[in-house]
Amino acid sequence: MHIVVCVKQVPDTKIIKINPKTNTLDRRSAPAILNPYDAHAVQEAVKITKSIGKGTISVLSMGPPQAVAVIKKSIEIGADRGFLISDRAFAGADTLATSYALSKALERISKDMPVDLIICGKHAIDGDTGQVGPGIARRLDIPPVTNVIEVSELNESEKTILIKRKITDGYELIQAQVPCLLTVEKEINSIEYSPMPNMIKAARYEPVIWSVNDLEEVDRTQLGLKGSPTIVGKMFTPPKPEGGKRLEGNADEQVKQLMELLNDKKELFVSR
Amino acid sequence: MMDENRGVWVFIEQNDGKIEGVSLELLGAGRKLADKLDVPLSGVLLGYEIMSLSQEVIAYGADQVYVIDHEVMKDYRTESYMKAVINLAEKYKPEIFLYGATSNGKDLASAVATDLSTGLTADTTMLDVEVDKRLLEASRPAFGGNIMATILCKKHRPQMATVRPKVMKALEPDHDRQGEVIEEAITLSEDDMRTKVIKIVKDVTKKVNLADAHVVVAGGKGMGDFQNFQLIHELADAIGATVGGTRDVVEAGWLPHEQQVGQTGETITPKVYFAIGISGAIQHVVGMKNSEFIIAINKDPDAPIFDVATYGIVGDALEIVPKLIKELKEARERGGEMSYV
Repeated sequence: MHIVVCVKQVPDTKIIKINPKTNTLDRRSAPAILNPYDAHAVQEAVKITKSIGKGTISVLSMGPPQAVAVIKKSIEIGADRGFLISDRAFAGADTLATSYALSKALERISKDMPVDLIICGKHAIDGDTGQVGPGIARRLDIPPVTNVIEVSELNESEKTILIKRKITDGYELIQAQVPCLLTVEKEINSIEYSPMPNMIKAARYEPVIWSVNDLEEVDRTQLGLKGSPTIVGKMFTPPKPEGGKRLEGNADEQVKQLMELLNDKKELFVSR
Repeated sequence: MMDENRGVWVFIEQNDGKIEGVSLELLGAGRKLADKLDVPLSGVLLGYEIMSLSQEVIAYGADQVYVIDHEVMKDYRTESYMKAVINLAEKYKPEIFLYGATSNGKDLASAVATDLSTGLTADTTMLDVEVDKRLLEASRPAFGGNIMATILCKKHRPQMATVRPKVMKALEPDHDRQGEVIEEAITLSEDDMRTKVIKIVKDVTKKVNLADAHVVVAGGKGMGDFQNFQLIHELADAIGATVGGTRDVVEAGWLPHEQQVGQTGETITPKVYFAIGISGAIQHVVGMKNSEFIIAINKDPDAPIFDVATYGIVGDALEIVPKLIKELKEARERGGEMSYV
């Protein structure tokens, strides 16, 4: 059982600041972290290999050299080994070019050890798109199952897996043939404390770093900025809506005015 | 090659023979784009025994509906839906193709974009078109910050985007509207499928349904701690409202994720929205700004939430909310005038 988890280093968007003068992202203001959904993806891979008592977990990331930090973090959670594809040729990639580069790396990884399952986080918190996972699945021609909240019954002889997939008002139970690609929600598991041996291993671990030349049969026109059909046309602060009125006075007076307002607007409270 | 791509398409998502609200909203948005570009608006309707829905698609603004009615298409699966949509897009070559940013819409659009080697903008909240260049301007909040980015796809067609539910407006349906229904066949067999939907379980016990809530009381990190946040529940009880919260509050574990309002949570349009201890980051505002009557309570007079609020109260929520709850309870006991529940 070989599981590959795709992970991304992201700025912690809870902390990140926007420079109000230039309207650009002040990346220095935010620490880089392992995308939280991807942490759950690694944890789920650990859970699956534990439940069947064997398996190898590889993590794969694309990014600048400092992205090795998220691979080390994944080793801490319980991954066995990590690969980072890092090259200027990948820079500026949108989701289409990213899924292409990652699928090429996945092909290389599976040459040495066939891949049974690919797990990704639902989306990255810096882009919020959720497009790369399904894109990879399409490129590798394996079925994707997105928004997964539970994985059960991995049947190794039948090569099938049972999955609960979250939908708007409930869930679907899906049987998929492996290899397949899952994207996971946070509620799929809780991140456990990393055992000490994992932490020691992570501290010493040096992931394999591949440049574009290490990947095979790559069409360079599909990489990076060149391979990205979408571009950012402009950035703007959204037009401010007409600011509302302020209630004046001390707390008691404000509450009194608010009660009057609510009374005036009573019809709004009646169900449609 | 790009010049032969014409027309605006909307993927019509249906579940159990009912069209999702976002698809009707997209027909409204797509109608405007199609009119500007002077091209037809088409719906793409897939499923099993769904022919009758095509009239509804036309009533909501489409000129044409492409329908694939096939047993294999009964439940949504990426594999089957993707194949059907790609076949249609390659045959008829739309220039713009919109999908609802639902689980299924995002999943489908990502797979289709990969196959058609075209650009896809996620979670769009504003749509426009530059007519001269026939360029879709799809804008979305970026970087989790107070900024919008307009994404363009200049050299590839179709230009695709997923659009958040409830940010666009559906047209009033016109059931006399005439349109063309184009039925397409597809050769797909259940044996080709690598995924099977074993069953669909609807969560009937789900207590909180923010999306349909009429009145929402939402709290933010400004409430301070979990204990104080209980005031939000109390106020909601007093007024017969549903509780919502910001991403911070959900991440702090004060509320479950399904009660999150905003870009990564629910987009809602209640009649009344209370924003309490919420500063008003764009991600949150995107999810609630279309509420009809918005009341904001916040200590910080410069909080951006006041820009979208109908009425703002600059003050300490921990002081004001208990007073408000007390007044509401007393009013209810007096009966009549304030009995919202």
